[in-house]
Amino acid sequence: MARSTTTKQKIGWTIIVWTIALAIFFPVIWTFLTSFKTEGEAIANPPVFFNFDWNLDNYKIILAGEANYPKSLMNSIIIALGSTLLGLVFAVPAAWSMAFQPGRWTKDILMAMLGTKMMPAVGVLMPIYLFLVWIDLLDSRIALVVILMMMNLPIIIWMLYTYFKEIPKDILEASRMDGASLRGEILYVLVPMAIPGIASTMLLNIILAWNEAFWTIILTTTSAKPLSAFMVEFSTKQGLFYAQLSAASVMAIAPILIMGWFSQKQLVSGLTFGAVK
Amino acid sequence: MGNIVLKQVVKRFGEAEVIPPLDLEINDGEFVVFVGPSGCGKSTLLRLIAGLEDVTEGTIEIDGKEVTYAPPAQRGLAMVFQSYALYPHMSVRKNIAFPLKMAGVAQEEIDKKVEHAASILNLANYIDKRPGNLSGGQRQRVAIGRAIVREPSAFLFDEPLSNLDASLRVNMRQEITDLHRELDTTMVYVTHDQVEAMTMADKIVVLHAGVIEQVGSPLELYREPRNRFVAGFIGSPKMNFIEGPAAEKHKAHSIGVRPEHFEVVKKGGDFKGVVLSAEHLGSDTFLRVKMDDGQEILARGSGDVVVNYGDTVALKVEGKIYKFDDQGLAI
Repeated sequence: MARSTTTKQKIGWTIIVWTIALAIFFPVIWTFLTSFKTEGEAIANPPVFFNFDWNLDNYKIILAGEANYPKSLMNSIIIALGSTLLGLVFAVPAAWSMAFQPGRWTKDILMAMLGTKMMPAVGVLMPIYLFLVWIDLLDSRIALVVILMMMNLPIIIWMLYTYFKEIPKDILEASRMDGASLRGEILYVLVPMAIPGIASTMLLNIILAWNEAFWTIILTTTSAKPLSAFMVEFSTKQGLFYAQLSAASVMAIAPILIMGWFSQKQLVSGLTFGAVK
Repeated sequence: MGNIVLKQVVKRFGEAEVIPPLDLEINDGEFVVFVGPSGCGKSTLLRLIAGLEDVTEGTIEIDGKEVTYAPPAQRGLAMVFQSYALYPHMSVRKNIAFPLKMAGVAQEEIDKKVEHAASILNLANYIDKRPGNLSGGQRQRVAIGRAIVREPSAFLFDEPLSNLDASLRVNMRQEITDLHRELDTTMVYVTHDQVEAMTMADKIVVLHAGVIEQVGSPLELYREPRNRFVAGFIGSPKMNFIEGPAAEKHKAHSIGVRPEHFEVVKKGGDFKGVVLSAEHLGSDTFLRVKMDDGQEILARGSGDVVVNYGDTVALKVEGKIYKFDDQGLAI
């Protein structure tokens, strides 16, 4: 039966959805506005929205300061991309075996992997921290790449598994008949067919790794510090400078926001994966 | 060469025995069709030969070499799938070239072979299109092309025509038969359609619940079915089975008469009954007749038989009467 929607209902829903969307997005808008205020205007009561003296001083201070934005930006890119690519190297074969050669325990392994995401990260903080001290990799990008990869691996495997499940088994069997080795089967047949799925998995993981703040803040000090840790510096050094912190935040989230904006389509299909068959 | 020998092959999925111990020999150059109702294990048997499923017990030999545990690629076989299983991200050219590329054949050689296969199968006009832009029949040709470039010792077909519409199916059936004659290579073909089996096969293997019911040429199976299952499965329309006094008269538990072996007569005849339906096709007339004891018979008369619903007719057997015992075995 077709549902009929009246104009009134449409207007009502539009208002409700816009209100919710604005409420969710408000902190981002507020941060953006605050980044152009002076420190005084930033904490003014009642708050000022648009009628303040717009200026770029906060951005200048940050770029001139010792925090070294370009270096943190580079670290963020390397850590987010590196952990995602490394994750794929492990996740593609894992998801292949779970999707096409499931064993008796496959479902349980998948659940157990997801279970690890439910546990508090702080539970493994001590051993990981001490281990990194021991192998002298504290405050190194390679350590963060590996740790973030491991943290996100369950999600990567789950997403790829769901995509792979939708690829007809016949086609992989045909490639086996055609003489493809396991490597050939995955590289020439499975991966090219799963490109859309792999792309959305990559995007989501880059965002997750970019926004990761627990491990990046604790395990870095200067040389491997990504943007998440870069932001934190403005809230601790000489007290709390809201305007400067806002400018730092805008600069930290801008790259990922822009990337997210341009890849909306892939992201939505990635986030709703498996929802529609 | 393409000689395939199965010895005491068993396949179990967990507890379920899909194929009980089975022996089969397929000779070089033969066109062998596995036929049976769905779920009879014919596709599983083909996949065991292909190496896509592991054999639980027994051995498989191809060209005298044991390949029971060899991976599919090392068996020298090529397979055409029901779903075509083309690589959707590759052009027709690349699809056909894929097995050669995997085998490490030189590019020049690949080009030559692909062109040759494309010309045999009338694919030259589509060679740079992707499978998504082709019709079902064209896709099936690409799948066959991909199989023939490997020059395998045998081709395996898994219900390759069941996704095609009726008229195309008849054409493709002919094309595959012609291809077999041209290449003179062993072909093993799985289908549930006994017409396909009868028209294409040199040798038919009738399977039922994983068991080989009978192996023979199409006409052998038609003329000398070993049991009621084969008798009922081979031949279209299906053979009539009659039980009761009429069967006892022949000292059998049941007798079978093919619809085409009845003749509609005015007087006498072996069976009498009332016409339930009469289909006049021009060339033939199909009569569904209900006999006095309630059993139904389907008879094929000539095109000029004119009877209608409710008429009483007499049927005379003008051919073989098949006799079966209480186990369904032919006597």
